[in-house]
Formats: sequence, structure tokens, C-alpha cells
Amino acid sequence: MLNNFQDPGMSRQILQKLIPLAEKVARHLGRPAVLMEVCGTHTMAISRSGLKNMLAGYLELKSGPGCPVCVTDQKDIDKIIILARQPDVVVATFGDMVRVPGTNSSLERERANNAQVGIFYSPAEAVTFAARHPQKEVVFLGVGFETTIPAIALSVTAAKNQGLENYSIFSVHKLVPPVMKVLLGDPELRIDGLILPGHVCTITGRKTFDFIAAEFNIAAVIAGFELVDIVEAIYLLLKQVLNGRAETVNGYTRLVQEEGNIKAKNIMSEYFEPVDALWRGFGMVPQSGLGLRKVYSFYDAAIRFPVEAPESLPPKGCACGDVLKGKITPQGCPLFAKVCTPLQPVGPCMVSSEGACAAYYYE
Amino acid sequence: MCLGIPGKVVSISPGENQAVIESFGIQNKVNIFLVEEEVKIGDYLVVHAGYAIGKVNLQEAQERLKLWEEILVAE
Ligand code: SF4
Repeated sequence: MLNNFQDPGMSRQILQKLIPLAEKVARHLGRPAVLMEVCGTHTMAISRSGLKNMLAGYLELKSGPGCPVCVTDQKDIDKIIILARQPDVVVATFGDMVRVPGTNSSLERERANNAQVGIFYSPAEAVTFAARHPQKEVVFLGVGFETTIPAIALSVTAAKNQGLENYSIFSVHKLVPPVMKVLLGDPELRIDGLILPGHVCTITGRKTFDFIAAEFNIAAVIAGFELVDIVEAIYLLLKQVLNGRAETVNGYTRLVQEEGNIKAKNIMSEYFEPVDALWRGFGMVPQSGLGLRKVYSFYDAAIRFPVEAPESLPPKGCACGDVLKGKITPQGCPLFAKVCTPLQPVGPCMVSSEGACAAYYYE
Repeated sequence: MCLGIPGKVVSISPGENQAVIESFGIQNKVNIFLVEEEVKIGDYLVVHAGYAIGKVNLQEAQERLKLWEEILVAE
């Protein structure tokens, strides 16, 4: 039955309903509606589907700060690179971080210079690696939103249960709601509706995002990741805009509940507490990150291996920050596809498979 | 990092919070500790970084499909 969600015939049929609706909304607003997705996986799915082109002229689809690698601040990338240079340290990371350019280097380049960088699919694998290499200090890069943080918290449990002393977390975790508040509070940004990240909401629950309607009077729909899910979310958003409504609708009821995954939320708050965090493009956003609680500071790489990085500037000419804020689309960056390509990326938005620039490039 | 494709549970080792899921013919071991409901063979799980973050509610999925049918017949 789940195969029906991948049925191209179904999305095509909904799409046929969508275009006249989008036209109606455009007449109502006096311009095409602008919808934003804030999830790297949606960004990828949308660009693979060719939806943007099919809907061009009727409605505008934008990407927001939905790629965890992309929103990692330049200074944090530089710190990670310095960390990788420490003797005996193995930087353990999800693959996407390796090629992200810091101010002068990248993990990939450090690896070519003998730094030890291990790519892991799951933090659990990094714990196993640490157990097998007791003479190494394994530092896992905690890069991710609410979806990823519970898994990283559980890796600390695993390290603790195994009595490992050589496993720690470099936490640059980010929380979606606080940055959305900054984004939606920007008077320059004009969006009519939000496609919300289905898997972040699986953890947080639908209710967490009620503030979008309550504080900003903007329509929002939580969407799954099949094309039909996305097309349906767009349809439901346009309906809300046309009817002058603003609600956070759950379009992904097969996974998302009102309160979310309570077990996962408990694990997160057992190990982590909200901290101020730096976001590329946004700067410091209060209480928008999660750092290890004091009682777990033994597993906190920032405490065990304190490194400082000089003030850093984003790569010259890179407009990732503006892309992440929805101010421009990747084509609005003068380097896009000319100087900056997935093979020779200038900024993180072109490196990460979830980044908007990479998604637009492959479109 | 996040594929978003649900995998079907083909075996479970409950004591270890582990299950094997299959998607597109490929089998993977996943940790099921975070799933609040009981996990049974044949269930669909969404997995993120090696951890299942939720179980697909098939009844809700069915409801959704019905809703789309309604969208399609609506004028
Ligand atoms: S195209 Fe490249 S340089 Fe331009 S914003 Fe994107 S990542 Fe930065």
C-alpha cells in the first residue's frame, strides 16, 4: 500500500488540480504565492522531481535553513579542522561534512595531510570504532537537527555503558523552531506558506510548530518525502492561503503525532540542554543549539579538547547565508555553476547533498 | 543522512533493540530503541543515522490515500 505514495500517476493528477488552484491564489494575492521548505531532504526531492519548473509562473518554491551541514557556522568548521590536527584525535563524522571548506582547509584536505577522519553512517558505528581503538580519541561531530540528536545522545549512552573513555561529541546541533522564529520575523522575507520537515516533526510533534500560525499568521503543512506528499502539502498550503487561514496542518500523519516521539525527546533532554548557537547566515540565535549537560561534560569534546579559531569570514563571494535565509535562490549567487560546482564547491550549500545550491545544480 | 524511505522489518532481536529492515532489496541492521510502539515483523520503520525514529502507521497512510482520492474528485 505504501507503494501508492510513489505512484507518479497520483502526483500528476494532484498536480493537475494544483495548477488552477495556484493560478487562483496568484490572482487573489496579485502575485504568485511563495512557499518555503525547510528540510534538506525536501530540497532534494523537489529538485529531483522537476516540480519547480512545472510550477514556474504559478508559484515560487524557496529553500530555507534546512541543511544541517550548510547552517554550520564557518568558525565551527574551522574549529573542527583544528581539532582534526590534534595528535591521536580521530574526527568521526557523517560524510557530508568532509568536503565543507573552512577558511583555509577542509577535513578532506586535512586527511590528505595525515589527519584521521572517519566517515560513519551512524554514531553507533563510531562508538564501536572507539571501543576497538582505545589508544585513539574519537570525536564525533554532532551535526544535525532534532532528527539526528537522539541518535547522538544514544551513542553517549553506549559509550558510557561500555566504560569508554575515548569517545566524545563536538556538538554543533541545531534546533529548528528557534531559527524559524528568526527567519519568519524578518520583515524582508515574504512567504505565504511553509512546508515543514516531516522527520524533525516526527521527533518534536506537530504542536511544537503551532507558533507559526499563532505568532506569524503563516500557513504550514508537515510533509512526508514522497512526491505525492510534497504535492499534497503544496495543495493544502494554497487552500489555506486562498481561504485566508493559517494553521499548522499535519500532512504526515503516518509518522507525526501531536506530541512527537516522547522517548526520543526525553533522551535528548537527558543529555543535552539548549545553548546559544551560531548559524551561517543568521549569526547567533539564542537557545537554538543543544550542548551536553554539565554532568556529561566528560563526553564534551569542546571541554576535553578546547580549540579556538580566529575570526573567520565565509568563503569569498559565497552567498550561502542569503540562500539559507531565503533571500536569494542559488542562481542569484554570481559564483553558482560558474566558479562553484559540486566538484569544486566554494560553500557548504554546494557540498552537501542536502544543500540548496547542489540541488539546483543537479536540477 | 536522512533517506526518508521506510524499510520493512524482516527480523528482530528484542533483547538488543535491533531489527533488520529491508528497503529496495537491501537489508540493514537498525536500532529500534527510540520506537515507542512495539515493533513487529512486517512493520515499516523510518530510519535516521542507524536509528529507527518512528513506525509508519498504516491506517493513517490509508486515510491519507483516501484524502487524495477526495482531492482528485473535488472540483
Ligand atoms: S553557489 Fe556556491 S558560492 Fe554561491 S552560495 Fe552556493 S555554495 Fe556559496
